[in-house]
Order: sequence, then C-alpha cells, then structure tokens
Amino acid sequence: MFKYVIRRLLIAVPVLAGISLVLFTILALAPGDPFEELATNPNVPREVAQALRKQFGLDDPVMVRYVRWFGSMAQGDWGFSFVSRVNVSTLILQRLPTSLFVLGTAQLLGILIALPIGTLSAVRPYSLFDQVATTLAFVGFSLPTFFTGILFILFFSIYLDWLPFIYRADIGAAGWRWWWEHARQAIMPVAVLGLFQGAALTRFVRSAVLEVIRLDYINTARAKGLSERVTVVKHAVRNALIPVVTLVALQIPTIFTGAVITEQIFRVPGIGSLLISSILANDTPVIMAITFVFSGLVVLFNLLADILYGWLDPRITYR
Amino acid sequence: MASRAPTLAADLSLRGRPAARSLWSEAFRRFRRHRLAAFGAVVLVFMVAAVLVGPFVYRVPIDEIDFKAKLQGPSWAHPLGTDDLGQDLLARILYGGRISLAVGIAAMLIAVTIGVSVGAAAGHFGGTTDHTLMRLTDLFLSLPQLPLLLLIVYLFRDALKKVLGPEAGIFIMIVVVIGGLRWMPVARLVRAQFLSLREKEFVEAARSLGAPALRQVARHILPNALGPVIVAGTIDVAAAIIAESSLSFLGLGFPPDIPTWGRILFDAKDNLDFAPHWAVFPGTAIFLTVLSINYIGDGLRDALDPRKVLGQ
Repeated sequence: MFKYVIRRLLIAVPVLAGISLVLFTILALAPGDPFEELATNPNVPREVAQALRKQFGLDDPVMVRYVRWFGSMAQGDWGFSFVSRVNVSTLILQRLPTSLFVLGTAQLLGILIALPIGTLSAVRPYSLFDQVATTLAFVGFSLPTFFTGILFILFFSIYLDWLPFIYRADIGAAGWRWWWEHARQAIMPVAVLGLFQGAALTRFVRSAVLEVIRLDYINTARAKGLSERVTVVKHAVRNALIPVVTLVALQIPTIFTGAVITEQIFRVPGIGSLLISSILANDTPVIMAITFVFSGLVVLFNLLADILYGWLDPRITYR
Repeated sequence: MASRAPTLAADLSLRGRPAARSLWSEAFRRFRRHRLAAFGAVVLVFMVAAVLVGPFVYRVPIDEIDFKAKLQGPSWAHPLGTDDLGQDLLARILYGGRISLAVGIAAMLIAVTIGVSVGAAAGHFGGTTDHTLMRLTDLFLSLPQLPLLLLIVYLFRDALKKVLGPEAGIFIMIVVVIGGLRWMPVARLVRAQFLSLREKEFVEAARSLGAPALRQVARHILPNALGPVIVAGTIDVAAAIIAESSLSFLGLGFPPDIPTWGRILFDAKDNLDFAPHWAVFPGTAIFLTVLSINYIGDGLRDALDPRKVLGQ
C-alpha cells in the first residue's frame, strides 16, 4: 500500500509539470507584456524598466524562463500581487480554507444525497420512486449553478427573507451566535453546489448499482438468506462504488467550475472569487497562481481517488 | 480465387445497404419511444425555430432604450418585460439565443473533430503515438476548465478584439477554447472503439481485399464508431452552452451590447429584488435548452446502443 501511494505520488509530479507547461505556454503565447504596467507607467524611466526586465530575466529564451518559473513555483515563491502588493501565496492561503470548506461540505452533501437515492432507484428500477428520482436528477444536472443560485436568492433571501445572500468572513459575533451565522450563510452556496453534484452523482450511482445488482453473487447472497439490507449495502453498493469513485475523480474539474460561479454569486471570499476579481484588475501573477492551485487540487483529488480505489477494490495490486 | 473477391465485395455492399438504412430507421423508432427524448427534441426544435425566425416576426430592436419603460414586468407591449434601460427582453433573448446556440454547436464541432482525430490516430497507429496521445488526453482531463478558460480569455481578449472585431473575435476565441477543452471524452471513446473494431472480421476482410488504411478507417471503422460519438457530441452542445453562459455570467464573455443568455443574467443579477423577471426568463431559456439537449442525448444513447438493438 505504501509503495502504491509513493508510486502514485511520483506519477503526479510529471502531471503537474505538464500542467505547468500548458499554463506557461499560454502565458508565453499571449500578446502583450505581463509587465506592461511598468513599461507604460510614466514615473518609471526607460532605463529602470529595462534594468527591471533584465533583473527579472524577461528577455531570456522561453525555455529558461519556464524552468525558472517552475522552479520558483515549486519552492513556494509565487511572486507579488500587482494590485494588493502582498505575496501571492499569502493571498491564496487566506482564501483557500473558505473555498475548501464550501467545496468539501457541498461534495459531502452531494454524496449523502446520491448514495441512498441512487441505490434505492437501482434496487427498484422503473418504479415510481425511480422515475421521480431520475427525472429530478436529470433536471438538477441540467440546471446550471448560476441559475440555481439566482433562484435560491430569489426564493430564500428575497421572497422568504430567511437567509443572507452575501457571505461574510468577518462576523461580529462570538460563541454559538458565530457558528449559527456561519452555518446560515453557508447554506445556500453549499446547497447550490451540493445539489448539482448530487444530481450528477445520483445518475452514476444508479447505473453502477444497476450493473452489479443483476450479477450472480447477489443472487447467491439472497439465496443464502442474507437480509435485503445486507445484500444491497454490503455486497452490491460496495462493488458499485468502485466505478463511481473513478467517475467522481473525473468530475472534479467540473466541481471547480461550479465553485468559481457559486463563490461569485454569493460573494464567498474564496479563491474562485479572488480569481474573478484578479482578472477584472489585470493581476496576472495571482491569476496564474490560482489557475495553478486549481490544477494542483485536481491532481491531489485524483490521487486521493486512486488511493480510495485501491482500498475499495482489493483486486487492484499495489505494484 | 482472385476473381471471386470483387463479386464478394459487391455482394457485401449490396447486402449492406438496406440493412444500414433500416438500422437508422430502427434507431429513429427507438428514439421516438423514449418519451422524454422526443419531448426534448420538440422543445429544442421550437427553441431553434423561435431563435432563427423570431427576430423576423417579432421586430422590436434589441437596443432601443426607453427609460419610461424600464424594469417593467411582462406586459402586452413587452411580453417578457424590460431591463434597466427599458430594452425589450424578448427581443434580446431571441437574439442572444442565436449566439448561445451557435456557440454550442460550433464548440461541439471543434471538440468532436479534435476528439475523433486524436482518438483515431491513437487507435489506428498504436504504440508510441497511442501512448503519447493518451498521456496528452489525461493531461487535458486534469485541467480545471473554467479557471483555464478565464485565464485564456483574460490573456487573449484584447488582441483578438483588435484583429477580428469585438463580436467575431470573442466568438471565435470562446468557441475554440471551449471546444479545445472538451475533446477528451470523444478521443477516449473513439480510441476504444478503434481498438476493438480493427480486430473485427469485417475490417480484416477490407484489409485483405487491399483497402488502404484511410479507406479502412473512413469507410469501415469510423461509421461503426459513430454511435457513442453522436451521443457525446450532443451532450457537448449542452456543456458548451453552459460554459459560454458561465463566462458571460461572470462578465467575462461577450461584451454588453451582445445579449447572450448568460450576459443578460449577469446584468440582471444585481436587480433581483425588484426585477426578478429579468433573470428568470433568460435563465429558463438556458435551462430548457440544456435539459432538452441532455434528454435528446439520453434518447440517442438508448437508440444507438448496438447491444440493445441486438437484444430485441
């Protein structure tokens, strides 16, 4: 197992390098100078600008610049934000926990919705429950997160006036009150993301359970007198989860898409909304770093899925 | 022996024709039986017709500013209400729908073209080519789409606007980037199909009859790999529409004078408390389009699945 994890980790390194190469190529191909701000600033004399270019090695060949950029990224030196004049890494670390909290809770909610509903649907295919669940899953999967977010705000914040539609990091309260306010403001973003994930996952779970529930070993389990509950939960679902884990891993880049949008709608101070505000403020170092962080998270979660896969399916040999 | 080969080929092609036609009509029959897919097709045809013909019938300009009629709900004069400048929303939604649908279809075509080419090359040549292309596919699969899309839009927006004009420049960029980030599933599908199909007897027959590689691929393997590609392509249209709307919704897609559905939502989202109709109508348009395309994809999956055809 330990060796398997190490091997996976070693595979993740070239993937990250590949992603960084793609990102850097895009940046290098882009017209305009990322340091244009300095060049056009009349307060900076030409010679100074040129010296700065030399100092930062902007006129070096592309390969040299890539190696240097990747090297410093790997060492945690992500540069300065043009706008707020702080370390990019500080800025991102400030925002990352909020993003991960919302994302994680939403994903958990999605799984908690999808597992029971998908399984029940597959156990009684084409029943009334299955038809309602499948239709709702289809609708949920086709509702873009930005529209669900707007509908939620319309209904829960404006019509019913139950929930706040702006997420605040600084709540002026302590103790229980603080927890309560936090939970209240997190409900809508988490629900929007979680329901979308849940809808997509329900379809995966249903078809995966449907595949295994017809197999002979399930009949065997029933025939030897196991209760339906044990048969389904211990025998069918555990095996059905194996392909689901792969699909969940493949879904991860999509989750980040939803996260950026939900953060923007509800003004959650996470890295998604930081990305948007940096784009609006032309803050190239922050934009590059956040895209890289998102890619890194995708690789990390794929890694976790691989390890989970190995744990769920003992037939996988840890070579 | 040699003289028999042409007659055999002629015989095969004769027998192949009617069977191929009935395969499609069979697929159509099965598609119609999927009630929700048929319903989706009707809704989509209605949307496409409305978007194509609508602006000729409903001749209200999309940019006529009328402050006296701003932020009004639906009425006879403005069936879907007006926005904060008093512009007619129905006209804007009809016009925006053209762009949203065009982006969806164009991006799908790009994704399918790249996907089929990469998948076919990997499946046909195998070996190092296959390995390299599949690593590339895996790499693209682990790229976070929206952040990357935003990065590219941010970096290339102004340059393309200068070269091609604001409308065409943004359109081409969005379509190319969305298509360029969505080809991977198609490539994987096509490769898998190629790997299994190229060992099949009919391809071997074509090969032993001396068909060149290109003909084997284009005439024998690709048509048989088409079913899953059509399904994936259908879903891609919906995904591309959502991607474009997301970009526009973040205010980073089309400029404000081009009212795509996502852009209208972006403008509407700060006025939710007093003009909810402004957001609800374009949102519903996106939702209905995506839902019907997804149902059509589902119906096609059932209709084109060869296992099910054999099973009945």
